[in-house]
Amino acid sequence: MSSTTTGWVRPKIEQNWLTRLLDWKPFLIIICLLPALGLLAVFLTYPLGLGIWLAFTDTTIGRSGRWVGLENFEFMFEDPIFWNAVFYSVFYTSVATIGKFGLGLWLALLLNNHLPFKSLLRAIILLPWIVPTVLTAVAFWWIYNPQFSVISWMLIELGLRDTNVDFINTAWPARWSLIAANIWRGIPFVAISLLAGLQTISPSLYEAALLDGSTAWQRFRYITFPMLLPILAIVMTFSIIFTFTDFQLVYAITRGGPVNSTHLLATLAFQRGIPGGQLGEGAAIAVSMIPFLVFATLFSYFALARRKWQQGESND
Amino acid sequence: MATVDIREVRKAFGSTQILHGVSVDIEDGQFVVLVGPSGCGKSTLLRMLAGLENITGGEIVIGGKVVNKVPPKDRDIAMVFQNYALYPHMTVYQNMAFSMKLAGAPKEVMDQEVQKAARILGLEQLLHRFPRQLSGGQRQRVAMGRAIVRNPQVFLFDEPLSNLDAKLRVQMRSEIKDLHQRLKVTTVYVTHDQIEAMTMADKIVVMNHGRIEQAGAPLELYDRPANLFVAGFIGSPAMNMLPGRIKDGKFIDGGGTSWPLPPVHAGREGAEVVYGIRPEHLRLDPNGIQATIQVVEPTGSETQVILRIGEISVMGAFRERIAANHGDMLAVSPELDLVHLFDKASGQRI
Repeated sequence: MSSTTTGWVRPKIEQNWLTRLLDWKPFLIIICLLPALGLLAVFLTYPLGLGIWLAFTDTTIGRSGRWVGLENFEFMFEDPIFWNAVFYSVFYTSVATIGKFGLGLWLALLLNNHLPFKSLLRAIILLPWIVPTVLTAVAFWWIYNPQFSVISWMLIELGLRDTNVDFINTAWPARWSLIAANIWRGIPFVAISLLAGLQTISPSLYEAALLDGSTAWQRFRYITFPMLLPILAIVMTFSIIFTFTDFQLVYAITRGGPVNSTHLLATLAFQRGIPGGQLGEGAAIAVSMIPFLVFATLFSYFALARRKWQQGESND
Repeated sequence: MATVDIREVRKAFGSTQILHGVSVDIEDGQFVVLVGPSGCGKSTLLRMLAGLENITGGEIVIGGKVVNKVPPKDRDIAMVFQNYALYPHMTVYQNMAFSMKLAGAPKEVMDQEVQKAARILGLEQLLHRFPRQLSGGQRQRVAMGRAIVRNPQVFLFDEPLSNLDAKLRVQMRSEIKDLHQRLKVTTVYVTHDQIEAMTMADKIVVMNHGRIEQAGAPLELYDRPANLFVAGFIGSPAMNMLPGRIKDGKFIDGGGTSWPLPPVHAGREGAEVVYGIRPEHLRLDPNGIQATIQVVEPTGSETQVILRIGEISVMGAFRERIAANHGDMLAVSPELDLVHLFDKASGQRI
């Protein structure tokens, strides 16, 4: 009311064209989205699109290819090395996932108890995961070395064996050795994620179950496990994707050998595409991973969605 | 059903003493309420009864048997938790049947018991719902149903109504009391709400700082509080407590106003005391003490008035409707036989 008494009126500010443009919602939305869209297009859509495109050409390094339709795939499907890689990818993923989740859950349950130096222990558990994969790979390469393997040395010193263990020079030992390395590397992620899940379970549920007369196994079976399932499904999705697309460990330790027996789809695609120069063929192998990943993701997604109506926050 | 004896029970977490030797006798079928401000150790005592906390010293006896070393599941007790602790991934039916399922009860027996408990609590229509699909009051009932199915010797309630809104709290309060009257199971109930304690209990145990201040029937505590703490804790609005001294057969408060004294106390000339009078025990009296009205709070059934007498504030609650304003004068006097006197130094009732 003071303006009427003093005669001073708040001046009406004229808005210039830029202000008005920025106040216009559609324009503002486009402006705000543009950087993100640009990044996605340049770093995600373009390489992915290019990879898929290459899979349908006969491009080699140094020569741009031409469209050959499904020829790469036809060739690939008749290639026993490809089928070997499919087999090992699935085998590697399944066994490593089971191992990681078995041991990871066990570790998470242990860490969920009251232990001395709890946070220090948790930090140590995370170590394998924060070490660069190549370092892990080099370490395992040494551990599995035919001549200098520390495991062989220990076994011989203990008198359990007379000769060095053959870890990576024949097909099946090499396959299992790589899986062991992958499990070692993957446990922390699973353990820490599941530990986070365990800590969201209200202690009063365990107290109620204790009064209801449950044994420790029954508390795990009827409380912990079902309550952990949603987070278990998410962690498992991620773990399956990471494991299926694994490259570094295998390539650094065995390079797919001996005799292509430990090729994963990712290492085979790289082998064919870059050192082998057959970009089209490599791309086709890489593209063939997509259906597996989509299937794994959908499986977890629907397993999760089914839980959603059971679980949920108690407050409303 | 069973008696419960708590004998000189002590609890310490490290060097922190939570309970300093607490003894309570609970008769078979009695409804006992442990009440006190937060941190007084009432919940700890209940959890010790349940076996969820170790007993540092003393004995807990349920049904004539010392249970200090008996694991929770063998104590034959059922507990209703403050947050209900319903298993979120199980239906109401599964929640209630869980203890029987663990015990390996046959399907028909389980069905029968759950249906019986559901009927008592009016949960028949909700048996296939999940906890998150229930309202607060319904969850509360499921938690009780889970306890009833156990058919325990003792029910334990840990602040079961504190998550409900005021109206529901009143309703559930009478439901729990009604349930107790029908089942006649020994019950120990923890709350910080003195109204819950007053309305539900056969016996109230008032606790403070890990000690029992007073134990007794609700009206006994109201009529004869043993000390200043109980006097201030039981009753709403809280008792007026005026420190002062006795002089010439009257009580003189800190502001110099003199209050009438019950004849039995006339002989305590010169004693330093606290004069306690409940707001509802002040009455309008034209010949009484002159007071200035500060605030008038009509509740409909009565009128609560904050009065200023000399230097001190006094709360009065009157049946009459008082159409007075801030600053008006009012004359009041205490009901002589309802005056409480406490020793100023010890806080104990005289």
